[in-house]
Amino acid sequence: MSTGFIILALITIAGAIGAMNCGRLVHCALSLVASFAGLAGIYLQLNVWFVGVAQILVYVGAVAILIVVALLVTRNAESDRQNEGSKGWIAGGSVALLVFILLAGALSNTAVTGAATLAPDSSVETIGRRMMTLYVIPLEALALLLTAALLGAVVIALGGPKPGRASK
Amino acid sequence: MNWLETLPLTIKATLLSAAAAAGLPEALMPYLSAVLSISPILMVFPLLFALTTVCERKGLGRIQNRYGPNRVGIPFTNIRLAGFGQFIADGIKSLTKEDVVPHKADKLLHFLAPIVLLVPVLLTFSVLPIGKGMVPLELDAGLLFFFAVGGTAELAVFMAGWSSRNKYSLLGAMRGIAQMISYEMPLILSALVVVMAAGTLSPMEIVNQQAVYGKLGIAQWNVFSPWGLLGFVLFFIAALAESNRSPFDLPEGESELVAGYFTEYSGFKFALFFMAEYMGMFAAMGMGISLFLGGWSAPLKFLTFIPSWMWFFGKLILMIFLVIWIRGTMPRMRMDQLMAFAWKFMLPLALMNFLLVGAISFMPSMLGQWLAAVPIIIFAWCGLARGLGGGRIPAPRVYRFAE
Repeated sequence: MSTGFIILALITIAGAIGAMNCGRLVHCALSLVASFAGLAGIYLQLNVWFVGVAQILVYVGAVAILIVVALLVTRNAESDRQNEGSKGWIAGGSVALLVFILLAGALSNTAVTGAATLAPDSSVETIGRRMMTLYVIPLEALALLLTAALLGAVVIALGGPKPGRASK
Repeated sequence: MNWLETLPLTIKATLLSAAAAAGLPEALMPYLSAVLSISPILMVFPLLFALTTVCERKGLGRIQNRYGPNRVGIPFTNIRLAGFGQFIADGIKSLTKEDVVPHKADKLLHFLAPIVLLVPVLLTFSVLPIGKGMVPLELDAGLLFFFAVGGTAELAVFMAGWSSRNKYSLLGAMRGIAQMISYEMPLILSALVVVMAAGTLSPMEIVNQQAVYGKLGIAQWNVFSPWGLLGFVLFFIAALAESNRSPFDLPEGESELVAGYFTEYSGFKFALFFMAEYMGMFAAMGMGISLFLGGWSAPLKFLTFIPSWMWFFGKLILMIFLVIWIRGTMPRMRMDQLMAFAWKFMLPLALMNFLLVGAISFMPSMLGQWLAAVPIIIFAWCGLARGLGGGRIPAPRVYRFAE
């Protein structure tokens, strides 16, 4: 494990913990962003540039702003101590612990056969070519879906017939 | 002149070999190399920022028929340097000023915001080809990295505005976020046209493709093609808006919002905001130069004896001059005009440019491209502009008192 990985992993974990435990909602959101950014750093460190940059573009850039703006337009974003924690934290915590034990057990029992697999070619050019040839239909379907979602959002935002501009 | 061309690289190589001779362990060499690549960026661009502030004040002064700063020179002498000592005085002033933090402010976020704003801006310089073979980080998706990292500045704007607990700050931040999100679309779309034509996402490769000289010895810059010219104009306008420059400086419109999202900042934190804004502008303009104006390449073949990095910085200074000029001459837009301009004019035009480049970039002759494209561009431009005005044709302006 390199020093860079340890630093990035600490940022990611600290961000995730902060996202759950911070007092103010805005702090939680920003901690979540720190966690996203740490994850992006790990991707970049692993030389999967496209995934890393996409993580920054989508999560650190877009999703973060979405969360933050959503927080701002809701009420009480300014007051302290909104994050009192859920009452069922014991149940939730035990489920999380169980999942962790399960995963850790599965991982530790797996024999690591190193050097068996070749790292897949993850350059941006390869991804682009695949998307435009092999996966062009899913890509187009996604584009259609997103366009429909965009138009739907505009229609909802318009909110029925316009109340007409005040005449001069 | 060949030694000038490679001067920065020679200095780096000399320093590296000197370090190796001095017994630096082999494991540390990549780190030293990285530091040597980064430090020129950290020195040159802030210095450019400092000089730009003086030039901007002097330029605006000239445009507004006054002198601008012309006093500060070397202390205790009569040498005035035409006022170019001003930035040192300003720097010392902002360093020694009291750092006022509002009592109710969110102290941590208030402290972090200028840093979070400056770091992504500095990161974007890492993929900018400053000269031939001079790019600190060679990425095959450099352009993607540039826009991804540059887009995170919105978060810092929000942090600054929200943590200040000031209504002007918050309003400025909301304006800033709305504006940045809106203009990111035309910015990226107009840049993608170049990607489509060049077939690569690496800024270095894009510049290399433009540094080819045709029959008359004229470089094949993208801006010389119809789609490139339209793309450049769109990119330039969007970059102005992205870096909150006039006429898009609504987030900090001083007549309405004091100073927008950095109202509650003083001393060096204020200077950091200022610096991040200018550096962001440099980065955006530098990318515009790389994409459309041939980056470090000379426009004519016989001019290639001038070093490539001089071309880059010459073009950058020209762009900065243009930006200052626009600031001195254009009035600030209104918020609804700003939004309508982004979504109803820039975005459709950028999308049309996409279709255009797909349709005509396969035409063999440049003249044919121009003949085919110019009517389409003019038609779309005028039609969209007409639509932006709500179909109403402005009457000729009548001056009652000033004629």
